[in-house]
Amino acid sequence: MASAIEVRGLVRTFKGDITAVAGIDLDVAPGEIYGFLGPNGAGKSTTVHMLTTLLPPTAGTGRVGGFDIVKQGPEVRRTIGAALQEAALDPLLTGREHLKLQLALHGIPRPERPARTDELLARVGLRLAADRKIGGYSGGMKRRLDLALALAHRPRILFLDEPTTGLDPQSRSALWEEVVRLKRDEGVTVFLTTQYLEEADVLADRVGIIDHGRIVAEGTPRALKAEIGRPTVEALPADGTDPLTLEQVLGRFGELQPSTAGVAVRLDGRGELADVVRALDSAELKVADLHLHAPSLDDVFLAKTGRSLEGAEEEHEEEQEQKQEQAQE
Amino acid sequence: MSLAAQVLSLARRSVIRTIRQPANWITPLIFPLALMAVNTGGLDRATDLPGFPSDSFLAFFLAFPFIQGALFATVNAGVDLARDIQTGFLNRLSLTPMRGAALLFGHLGGVIVMGFAQAVWYLTVGLLVGVSIASGALGALVIFLLAVLIVLAFGSFGALAALRTGSTEAVHSLFPVFFVFLFISSMNLPRNLIETDWFRIAASLNPVSYLIEAIRSLIIVGWDPEALALGFGTAILLAIIGLTLSSLSLRSRMART
Repeated sequence: MASAIEVRGLVRTFKGDITAVAGIDLDVAPGEIYGFLGPNGAGKSTTVHMLTTLLPPTAGTGRVGGFDIVKQGPEVRRTIGAALQEAALDPLLTGREHLKLQLALHGIPRPERPARTDELLARVGLRLAADRKIGGYSGGMKRRLDLALALAHRPRILFLDEPTTGLDPQSRSALWEEVVRLKRDEGVTVFLTTQYLEEADVLADRVGIIDHGRIVAEGTPRALKAEIGRPTVEALPADGTDPLTLEQVLGRFGELQPSTAGVAVRLDGRGELADVVRALDSAELKVADLHLHAPSLDDVFLAKTGRSLEGAEEEHEEEQEQKQEQAQE
Repeated sequence: MSLAAQVLSLARRSVIRTIRQPANWITPLIFPLALMAVNTGGLDRATDLPGFPSDSFLAFFLAFPFIQGALFATVNAGVDLARDIQTGFLNRLSLTPMRGAALLFGHLGGVIVMGFAQAVWYLTVGLLVGVSIASGALGALVIFLLAVLIVLAFGSFGALAALRTGSTEAVHSLFPVFFVFLFISSMNLPRNLIETDWFRIAASLNPVSYLIEAIRSLIIVGWDPEALALGFGTAILLAIIGLTLSSLSLRSRMART
């Protein structure tokens, strides 16, 4: 089956020899949720802008919905919906007026517009706020309206650029549900950029991790995590339990790892958590706490870049500050 | 969707925005008339000057609010467009099948509606305070037509500034520049009665003079083909220049493929 999104060697440079995207390749299958994960400034939004035809690439090719992003911009735009990083809404218009304008510009026939407007407002839970000006909307309501606008013309492919940044957990969860529903019920392909590990982990069928404009890892979250290693079991000895004996027992299941709280071992396949529990029980060792640490996408990021995602954020901020200082000089 | 339908949708939004920002329509309706009242009070004796073309300074000065109101409408519309660029709303529109020309003319459509409403208001107030239109009812219609053309011409330059800079502050800063053009024109005196040479030359080089004089001729003279040709010619030329430059800027601003 042809890819919904197909990218080869995509590059984007800006004035001052700044390379935002340094040659990426990716394929997204129809009906897939593809998570594009990376720190701020990694090149996520620039990639989205190129794929949505808002920014011409410097080099490389891209096809979205089977259409070339450079040569067939109008066809691409008819195929996609996009909620970009900033929920760019007009504070003086109401939610309903936004949808009416969007539907009109997409050429939806006039008689269909009122019903479609109501349907979209209901879907994102904004029926009661439909006739209020956007200036009075919360961040979550703006994001939901943004999503409704992106869906106005029933696109086959949806780009969501950091859709939950700044949202409260409830709004975030509601948006996740809607994204899952779009994939499940309507078969919409979703290209989702995020800097939240949990979001990529929960939503994405596959994840591409981008850093400094390059994809450093790609695969299903499970495969990526499996690639970097087995889970770690960490045990906190109870009062009266000898830590050395605990180490001996846990050491049977893999390599011991540094731990500040107790004893940790990275499982090497000789046993799973249940086997560890049984071994502790038969050795009559009591533990105050026992944790299974599955590898996270942050561990994947760390393994691929040598930095944690959080560290990358700080590094990026420092880079930005240095650039600003240089510009001021 | 046809270009006209897209323009109408965007013009409607522009008008709604204007209506919901009272400062954007109250100021152009009140301020030019207030300035007209002050100037008329202070310069009424100018009608005693030999060769002054009217017995009523109010009638002579009534052309001024049309130009100043057009400036207000232009700057407000330019600011709105710049805000769309700053907030990313332009990107939202760019992701629809909207044509670039629809964006430009949609914005200008809103300005034109505002300009037309202002023109009706200024002329109505003028008539209420005793000014009579020498060119009659048809002349009033021609005044409206010229007022709309002037708003279109000025508006295209407001759009140009917004598209070039993408900055509301930059568009705001245009206002004093436009104001200088307005004051160094024949707004207070006919050019042939301006005694200071540099001022008379500057006023003669200033296209705003010809716009004012065309409207003024319809109010105080009647049908003056030369003044009308110069006024309409200037407005059309400015509109062509402004629209051409704006279209070029829009192309680079909307860099979608």
